[in-house]
Amino acid sequence: MALVQQSSPHARRARPTSRVMLWVILAALPGLLAQTLFFGWGNLINVVWCIALALGSEAAFLKLRGKPVAFFLRDNTAAVTGLLLGLSLPQFTPWWVSGIAVVSAIVVAKQLYGGLGSNPFNPAMVGYALALISFPVAMTTNWAEAATLWGGAPGFGETLAKIFTGGQTAVDGWTMATPLDEYKHKIASHTSVEVLGHPTFGDLIARGWEWVNLAFLAGGVLLIALRIITWHIPVAFLAGIAAMSLAFGSNADQYAPLQLHLLAGGTMLGAFFIATDPVSAATSHQGKLIYGAGIGVLVYLIRSWGNYPDAVAFSVLLMNFAVPFIDHYTPPRTYGHHKARRGVPGRSGG
Amino acid sequence: MTQLWDFTGGIHPPENKHQSTARPIRKAAMPDRLVLPLQQHIGEPAELVVAVGDRVLKGQKIADVTNGMGVPVHAPTSGVIEAIEQRPVPHPSGMADWCVVLKSDGEDQWCALSPIDDYKQLEREAVLQRIREAGISGMGGAGFPTDIKLRPPRDRKVDTLILNGAECEPYITADDMTMREQAAEVVAGLKVMAWILRPSRCVVGIEDNKPEAIAAMRQAVAGTQIEIAVVPTKYPSGGEKQLIQILTGQEVPSGGIPADIGVMCQNIGTAVAVGRAVFEGKPLISRVVTVTGEAVREPGNFEVLIGTPIHHLLETAGMSQERLDRLILGGPMMGYTLTTDSVPVVKTTNCVIAATAAELPAPPPEQPCIRCGQCAEACPMELLPQQLFWYSKAGEFEKAEHLNLFDCIECGACSYVCPSSIPLVQYYRFAKGEIRTQRAEQLKADRARERFEARQARLEREQQEKELRRKERAKAAAEAQAKKQAEAEMAAADGQASDDRAAKAALVQQALERKKAKTAADTKEQPVPSSTEVADDKPDIEALEKQLTQAEAKLNTMQGMLDEARSQQADNVEKLERAVAKNHDRVQRAQQALDQARKQVAEEPASSQ
Repeated sequence: MALVQQSSPHARRARPTSRVMLWVILAALPGLLAQTLFFGWGNLINVVWCIALALGSEAAFLKLRGKPVAFFLRDNTAAVTGLLLGLSLPQFTPWWVSGIAVVSAIVVAKQLYGGLGSNPFNPAMVGYALALISFPVAMTTNWAEAATLWGGAPGFGETLAKIFTGGQTAVDGWTMATPLDEYKHKIASHTSVEVLGHPTFGDLIARGWEWVNLAFLAGGVLLIALRIITWHIPVAFLAGIAAMSLAFGSNADQYAPLQLHLLAGGTMLGAFFIATDPVSAATSHQGKLIYGAGIGVLVYLIRSWGNYPDAVAFSVLLMNFAVPFIDHYTPPRTYGHHKARRGVPGRSGG
Repeated sequence: MTQLWDFTGGIHPPENKHQSTARPIRKAAMPDRLVLPLQQHIGEPAELVVAVGDRVLKGQKIADVTNGMGVPVHAPTSGVIEAIEQRPVPHPSGMADWCVVLKSDGEDQWCALSPIDDYKQLEREAVLQRIREAGISGMGGAGFPTDIKLRPPRDRKVDTLILNGAECEPYITADDMTMREQAAEVVAGLKVMAWILRPSRCVVGIEDNKPEAIAAMRQAVAGTQIEIAVVPTKYPSGGEKQLIQILTGQEVPSGGIPADIGVMCQNIGTAVAVGRAVFEGKPLISRVVTVTGEAVREPGNFEVLIGTPIHHLLETAGMSQERLDRLILGGPMMGYTLTTDSVPVVKTTNCVIAATAAELPAPPPEQPCIRCGQCAEACPMELLPQQLFWYSKAGEFEKAEHLNLFDCIECGACSYVCPSSIPLVQYYRFAKGEIRTQRAEQLKADRARERFEARQARLEREQQEKELRRKERAKAAAEAQAKKQAEAEMAAADGQASDDRAAKAALVQQALERKKAKTAADTKEQPVPSSTEVADDKPDIEALEKQLTQAEAKLNTMQGMLDEARSQQADNVEKLERAVAKNHDRVQRAQQALDQARKQVAEEPASSQ
């Protein structure tokens, strides 16, 4: 009789990484649904295209690196990177721009750094930022006009053709500036009331965008409820934006109002799905709070005084840089210790 | 209602306790032979006080610790000491240790017992001695001698005595069933311990998944000041540090003991054993063990004699050998797998799980850590398991230690939740082991260095003393010389003496010259090659051959060492090269000498004719 020899614990919870990632994908579906309903087929096509390319480039690079392809592909992390890019990119982004974003996310930001778990930067945001800097026109003029599927959005075939063949037919009628962009540029010469009267903003806060953001918020709450993410990063992220807005942006004739910051642009997607990427985020609760708040503050800074209308990608990447520093100074206080042991061995309070 | 605090982290694994609580505690059948390890406690192993072949009675002391910490071992039944030998004992490594093999005579005849009714008439010290003599060590897991634990340091007053009935590990129900069926005995033992320690508070912590045990204990403590605290079910609430935090809100200082904050925890089984030792005079010779898992037909709890082989116990519970996949001693979170079912039940054995492959399947392959932080959420010690893992894996033990690796209680909560199925606890055990080894080696190296330095200092001191003595001697000699010279000068005044000396010197000179001339003539007469050492006699070919082989062998060894050093880029290559060159010369010289000697031998017969 050969008894199995195993180190304790012998029991395990059956929730592997692949399932965690699947939950992230599922939780993002309400947001994708809202995007599709309010802005047409663009995001859905982007998502499918980006996921396919992400899986393809991941598989190719795993093979090059001599790693078991199926074993790693099954963890669904490449699919999540593709999904996040598909959700973030403008609806009519040309296929090759999104393609470059995806391939650089998977190959450069992830595989070249050593694959899953070893990337210091959020892969999807590396891809996004690269595309934004390299192809600023393609990345800012391809946002779909807010038009519901049932009320004037371009059809599936037309959208597909626009993305993959770059057809110029009536494109101008399909695209427009995002609410954040619009507000930023118009507020210099108009009052807040005038700007918000523009059809871009619709009847509520930011036509279509508020539903998309609320849908991502709902998905994010689900992830917290499932204990896949903790509340620390999203809450600190949103609090950072809110605090900055309250401190500096109370004059709506000068800066975009808080509700616009929270419910337009990529705020909720960024707060719950992007900034919470565990590999590149800070690790302790205190660290996560600092990390999240830092992103929120940077988002506000860049949106208000920077050149770009939105700033989730840059803010996340900048805070990724700060993660080792944050982790260094924010270990939790261990049971039985008076205070946390910060810093490195031999040079710390303890 | 007792105020409760929460501890951070924790998990809710499937409890799997109902399987073994359906039946009352049964008495396990007596095996033919009992195997009693001499070390079932923390401290020094017990030494035998009986001899092989002796007949012993049930409850008779068969081994005791005379030097150092430890408790005695008693015969769980009457019979004959059959052997003292190395046998596999319950240990994660599967090691063997010295055990007494007791062959039962089937009579189960007790030795004389001395029960007492009113222990309060005795000195506390006498009761403590009684507890020690009953062989009681903590029955929860570590096996620390109970009498020593009940004597906290003088400056540490125990204010709160906690009886740990949380039993948070899945599967295990030994304490639960004991409380259900023997609540009065549990409380009696607890009262003895409380009398010894005189705490201001005495509380029994029980997880809320044991309503029957709670009810029984509530009834048993009615009319006393003992509190029953019902704590929420969350693993590892039964960890000593966690239960103390739940019940007192205080934390045991890192590296300290509960007595540092005026708290002491005792185990349910230990309380029963203390009660029996005092009121019945019976030593610790049996305990309650949970036998469960899907490979046994009739899981449940058994009152088992210490020393009963596990396989005997499993047979009693109806084990199916075909379905058995792994055998765990302890719970599924902190227990360890056994390599053989022949190990005996010892004082710390609380549970045996005979698990099937489907019940506790092998973990899937380890995936990369994605720093998801689930482990940190689950850690009851507020550590950063993901960082500890990183450092342990990378061999950066100093950093791991800095992040409080040694505060890890190895509860397994982190491994349990890890989505990448990384055996985290295993990594921590490895890191702890490496650090301990390094420390031991460092200590050894330090001692060696101290020894070396002391020797150097001694040699230097001796050298100095020698120098000093030499100087003194030189000084004395100089003085003597000066004195002699002074005398000589005085003598020089007398001319006669001086002439005498010159004449003597001239004679010596002449003699020397004569001798020189004679030697020169001798050399001319016998022109023998003077370059060889064997010039005067017959050359000893054999000796020379031997010399040559030896030199060659030495050269070979040296060459081998040099090659090895070169291949390993060692720093002694240069030195070895010199040594080889030197040996090479030596071989050549030996060869020459041999050749010459051979030639000479070949010529000699002719010349001598």
